[in-house]
Amino acid sequence: MRSYIVDDPVKKRFLLDREALVSEAVLKDEMACIFSKCWIYVGHSSELKKPNDFVTRRVAGRPIIFNRDMRGDIHCLFNTCRHRAAIVCTEREGSRRSFRCIYHGWAYRNDGALGGVPGEEAYAGELDKSELGLRRPARFESYRDFWFMNLDANAPSLLDYLGKATEYLDLVVDQSPSGQMQVVTGVQEYDVAGNWKLMVENSVDDYHLPTTHSTWLNYMANSGVKIERPTEGRVLPTKGLAIDLGNGHFTTDNVNFRGRPVAAWIPIYGEDAKPEMAEIRRELVERVGPDRANRIADTNRNLVIFPNLVINDGSSVTIRTFFPDGAGKMHVTAWALGPIEETESARARRLDAFLTFYGPGGFATPDDVEALELVQQGLANWEDDRWSEMSRGMGREGEQLNSDEHHLRIFWRKWNQMMESV
Amino acid sequence: MGNDITRSQVEDFLYREAALLDEWKLEEWLGLLTDDATYYVPPNDHPEGDHRTTLFILADDIVRIRERVKRLMSPDCHAEYPHSRTRRLISNVRILSVDGDLVTVAANFICDRFRRYERIREYVGGYRFILKRVGDGFRIKERRVVIDAHELGALGAVSFIL
Repeated sequence: MRSYIVDDPVKKRFLLDREALVSEAVLKDEMACIFSKCWIYVGHSSELKKPNDFVTRRVAGRPIIFNRDMRGDIHCLFNTCRHRAAIVCTEREGSRRSFRCIYHGWAYRNDGALGGVPGEEAYAGELDKSELGLRRPARFESYRDFWFMNLDANAPSLLDYLGKATEYLDLVVDQSPSGQMQVVTGVQEYDVAGNWKLMVENSVDDYHLPTTHSTWLNYMANSGVKIERPTEGRVLPTKGLAIDLGNGHFTTDNVNFRGRPVAAWIPIYGEDAKPEMAEIRRELVERVGPDRANRIADTNRNLVIFPNLVINDGSSVTIRTFFPDGAGKMHVTAWALGPIEETESARARRLDAFLTFYGPGGFATPDDVEALELVQQGLANWEDDRWSEMSRGMGREGEQLNSDEHHLRIFWRKWNQMMESV
Repeated sequence: MGNDITRSQVEDFLYREAALLDEWKLEEWLGLLTDDATYYVPPNDHPEGDHRTTLFILADDIVRIRERVKRLMSPDCHAEYPHSRTRRLISNVRILSVDGDLVTVAANFICDRFRRYERIREYVGGYRFILKRVGDGFRIKERRVVIDAHELGALGAVSFIL
């Protein structure tokens, strides 16, 4: 049992042992203590529109099938044949009533049950097909169409795990008049040559915005967005908070200046968009009342569900998740999320706004990737330069700022606590 | 330029564009575009998608293309500073259709990208351009770049002009 942090409330210092970001042994412990114990995001109901629809992906390194069966019930199945372990579904997405292994032909119904075994009579002993359905994670639960798996049968319920984070998921889902959000077709997948935990930090670290993303701020200003000079010791144009949601979850909560598809107009959207934006706002106010409408439309929030789900409710809404592939590399997947009843023009505006900032061709994400890769390169000196300094804002009483490191410390404390169970 | 557009005319134009991009002469490159030019990189899982209904890697109108060039030429564009070195090879150039002054062209490309301390990143895919005939030459009206990889993965960033 060891600690990777120095957390000194008297001297107001918080230091992180950089070994946590470079060690393959740490990664092995993380797979056991974190990815096998926490609720891990799998997918969204809207990705499976009809009965028999499926997608395949890797979740925490596990190949899975996320699908609807013939009745429409949603499953998460391990994509591994019970016979000799081959992947049974090789397509990225589609519609199938059954999955048939190409190796020896074992075939599974899309509720996971084993159907056919070629040459079944050759098994002399008991071959109980009812015991040989596709395996699945111990737990699989959802909150408002967000599906998570848990490999630990004894884990608390998803709802208990999410706790106060549900309030921030609600602020996303309530953007839809019917309470149904939809993952938009088209995925962004990119690797970063950096430890996966660097993406947790980066997703909520608003301290870096003015330096890493100055070209994005210039683009916003060039397009007519008013970028106020920071005042009162802030580094950002508007005030923003960092909020502890318990269980290792946290969020930023910022006064918006960057435009919101629901529903705050900025010049990038174009004059033509004004009437439709006003109508989206009017519907929102009518449905949830003026206070909550302001809450939804005039703040933006980057939410982290521990350990590796990020929902950026900013220039657009993203679902972003990422998994380690070795201590120094991660795979990132990102989707766009929008109200299911959105008009074509509103959807196009949402996607356009997404690309202004996010993704491998956005005006900001590539510079985030660069920053994280430079961190990982710099970490090569870790044995001689051991500690990362993460004390920013530690002396601050009361409200915590998004540009401080309060929320990063929440992550590291939770991570460190879980790693102590090794 | 007469009615009969030859492949070699199109090739010369594409090679010139490739040279400007590889040499980071991006202001000059903007001169090859029409005033309503667009630039698209569709997502790897839905390369045939429409950018209005599908999340792309990149979907720029001319305003954002110009802003992208401003960004790329800034030393604060960290993903591309110091600039990547790129080298693109273009082949299998085909004229797919001619409709009035618009010429639809397909080509294959390999674009190798080098940064310090990094292994080579090799982008392989297809270009599909709509060229507009202007006087003796062409301008690019639409520039669509389809990356063949199933996942963008190690190709990570499309931060330069691909």
